[in-house]
This record gives sequence, C-alpha cells and structure tokens, in this order.
Amino acid sequence: MIIEKQLPVGDTYLRGTPGQTIGPFFKFGLEYDDGPYIVPPHTPGSLFLRGNVYDGAGYAIPDALVEIFGADTDGTIPQTRGSLHRDGHAFTGWGRSATNDEGKYFFWTREPGATDEGRAPFFAVMLFARGLPHKLHTRIYLPDDEAALAADPLLSSLSPSERATLIATRDEDGSLRHDLWMQGEKETVFFAY
Amino acid sequence: MAQVQEARKPEDMLASDDFPPQSQINDEIAAIHAERQREVEAGAKIDLPTLYDFKPYRSSILRHPTKNPRLVDPESIELWSPAYGQRDVSEIEADLTLQHRGEPMGERITVTGRVLDGWGRPVTNQLVEVWQANAAGRYIHQRDQHPAPLDPNFTGAGRTITDDQGWYKFTTIKPGPYPWKNHINAWRPAHIHFSLFGSKFTQRLVTQCYFPGDPLFALDPIYQSIPEQRDRDRLVATYDHDLTVPEFSMGYRWDIVLTGKHATWFETEEDH
Repeated sequence: MIIEKQLPVGDTYLRGTPGQTIGPFFKFGLEYDDGPYIVPPHTPGSLFLRGNVYDGAGYAIPDALVEIFGADTDGTIPQTRGSLHRDGHAFTGWGRSATNDEGKYFFWTREPGATDEGRAPFFAVMLFARGLPHKLHTRIYLPDDEAALAADPLLSSLSPSERATLIATRDEDGSLRHDLWMQGEKETVFFAY
Repeated sequence: MAQVQEARKPEDMLASDDFPPQSQINDEIAAIHAERQREVEAGAKIDLPTLYDFKPYRSSILRHPTKNPRLVDPESIELWSPAYGQRDVSEIEADLTLQHRGEPMGERITVTGRVLDGWGRPVTNQLVEVWQANAAGRYIHQRDQHPAPLDPNFTGAGRTITDDQGWYKFTTIKPGPYPWKNHINAWRPAHIHFSLFGSKFTQRLVTQCYFPGDPLFALDPIYQSIPEQRDRDRLVATYDHDLTVPEFSMGYRWDIVLTGKHATWFETEEDH
C-alpha cells in the first residue's frame, strides 16, 4: 500500500494501519536478554514487578508479550536511548517481557513518579498475545499513596472492581505483583485513546 | 468465576478444540462481515479496524477482552515513546539475507516504505522490528513443527530505525505460506510480522504485511479479522518495479500509518 496517494488534504486525518495478532512465534523476533532488565536487578532504587497473564478460562498464557514504559522516580519522562543495548546505567523507562511457560512476566525497573498534576503514578502497559487480534493498552498503578489514588480522576470514574484491576499489590519484600486478565470477573480494564 | 489454572503446554494449544472445516470458517467470516456492513450502512462510525471478538480465529475466543476498551485522555508518559537513534541498530540487521555464511533459499525481495502519523508526518528515529517464516513457510521457532525444511542460512528476524523522513527498508526473502491448526487445511497467506513504535506510546503497533494477489486472503481468519476491505487492503504491500533491482531482487512498497487512537478529539490545532 502506498499512502502518498491519499495524503491528507486540509484537515483530513489518515486512517490508521490495522493491527494484527502477534502470533505464536514472536519470541525469536522480539525477545532479547536485556528486555525485562530496565535497571540491573537488586541495585539500590530498583523495583521488581511481576505477574501472570490469564485467559478467560483462568489458564495462564505462555505466549503473551508485555511491555511497560514508566517515568523515572522524580516523574521525568525518560528520553534516554539504549533500551536495546543496556549499559547498566542509562534509564530508558521502557522494557519488554515475553511470558514464560507458566504465563509469567517480570521487570526490573524503578518506581515511577507522577507525571501529571493531581494524577497517581503508573506504568503505561502494552499487551500482545497469540490469539489476541490487536494490541491492548492498560496501566499498572502503584498501590501506596491512597490519597493520590483516591484523587485520580480516571480511577475515580471506575467501579471498585474495575479499579482493582489497575492497581498493583505490594509484597512484603517491596516488590510489586500484578496480574492481567483477558476476560472474566477480573477482566483488566483496557484503554483506547 | 474462572479459577487460576496452571498454564497449558504451548504445544497443546496450537490446534483448535473443534477443528472445523474451511467451509464453516468461511461461513462464520461472512456472517460477521455482513453484520459489520449493516452497522456501517446504518451510519455507525467505527474507528478500530480490527475486531477483538472474532470467533473464526479460534484461539481468540478466550483471549480477547469482552468489554470495549475505555476511551481515556492519554497522560504524559503515553504521549512520549521510548527513544531510539540510528546507532542503536546496526545497518546489517535490516538485511535478513546476510546473517549467515551462505545465501538463504528463496526469492530475494526488498520491502520499503514510510512510517507516518495520522497527519502524514514522518515518524523518525523509531524502531521497526520484523520476523517471518522462510521461503518454505517454516519458522525457526522451536515450536513450529511444520514439516518443511529449515534453512541454515535464514533466521528470519530483523530490525531497523526509521530515518529523518520516516523511511525503513528491509532486504529479505519472500516467506512461504504457512499451515496451522485453526481448522482443517488452514494455511496462512505469506506474511511478514511488523512491530512499530510511533512518536507516542499510544501509537505502538504490531501487525502483518502481506503480498498482492495471495489466493489465501479470503480463507484466512487472521487477515479477515479486519472486516472492511478498505482496511484489509492497507496490509498488502504494492509491487513497485522501480524498487526492483535488475538481476537481484523484487521490490515491494508498504507504508504504515500510526494513529493510535479511536478518535481525534484530544488533538489540538497546534498539534497539526
């Protein structure tokens, strides 16, 4: 398809290229060793975030791909290069984790700070999977600042059960746990923009 | 409610449970497309070209969201993308025919085009990743058990960074059609998987690029998960004889538009 033939005239807005499923065999194309390690594990200020991706029957999905993009702890949006070749120092904020045979994803990253006044801090999340015809966007909010969560306009607009699908759980060791559900009672709230 | 279950073995999930004939898949596709046609004729404005709920693609049944995605205002982090530069990927990674000691088997092609946003502006310095089957229709992935030969000179994965006009270019071999177990005698049309980053995280896209005139289009529940022909056409590269290199490679052109939105309501005039 050559788009130049239909470039915008005046205020015409181009129709987007449709998405397609990521399919079953994406790992050899997209997975790389440093993908989940946005920061080196167990270093000061590092955060371990992990969870499962589940289908509508409650089976963990072993061929899903999760990506996160998060602000730095001070709320700065990372515009540092180096996501593909981590040097152990530059913080790019972006990572990629393919679920393993148990349907688990994980990241080593930093606690994101809030980027917008009056909004609670979160990771922007993308989800792809074999069987999922098109990408999904969601967010993972930090659970700690209850006042910020209560004041957040998006979270306030959701029912308690929907809200719960967007907020991570803090474990005793300080790490975060968050499951993504494609369907069912706990179906994750997904977003369009 | 669904209880948490141990993951099934990936090998056990490749075949659909009912394994229907192609004719049944065709009937299901036709019914869903007719329904969309009625909606469009009734004046429905549908901005998302791909259907999440598309039963002919059997593995989607338990893996698609049942609720419409919630339309929200993006926050700052979603209006930026991770940063890439020209030196993040070496030039040779865009040539899938040079990754081994010998030449891969098959028809050498180039696929080139521009990555644009909804206003037609180039998406510059962003990552484009591709992966595909070899000329015989076999993926190097260990779980692809299709009994076609692997090619010791072809892996089938590449990446590049768009230039300052949004151009990308890959040199590869044309992938073969690929059999799968969605239904009896199911074959995927030849395709290259593309993963793209826009200038905003909301524009992130994973899709597939097809080749013109493929006889499998009408039979493929993944391609047909896009109910409108005008949208399906967007995924088919154009043969361009000016991109064909004499005595070397066939040239295809494929442009990509990353809008990342259902509606245009949040974009201000200054953003144009």
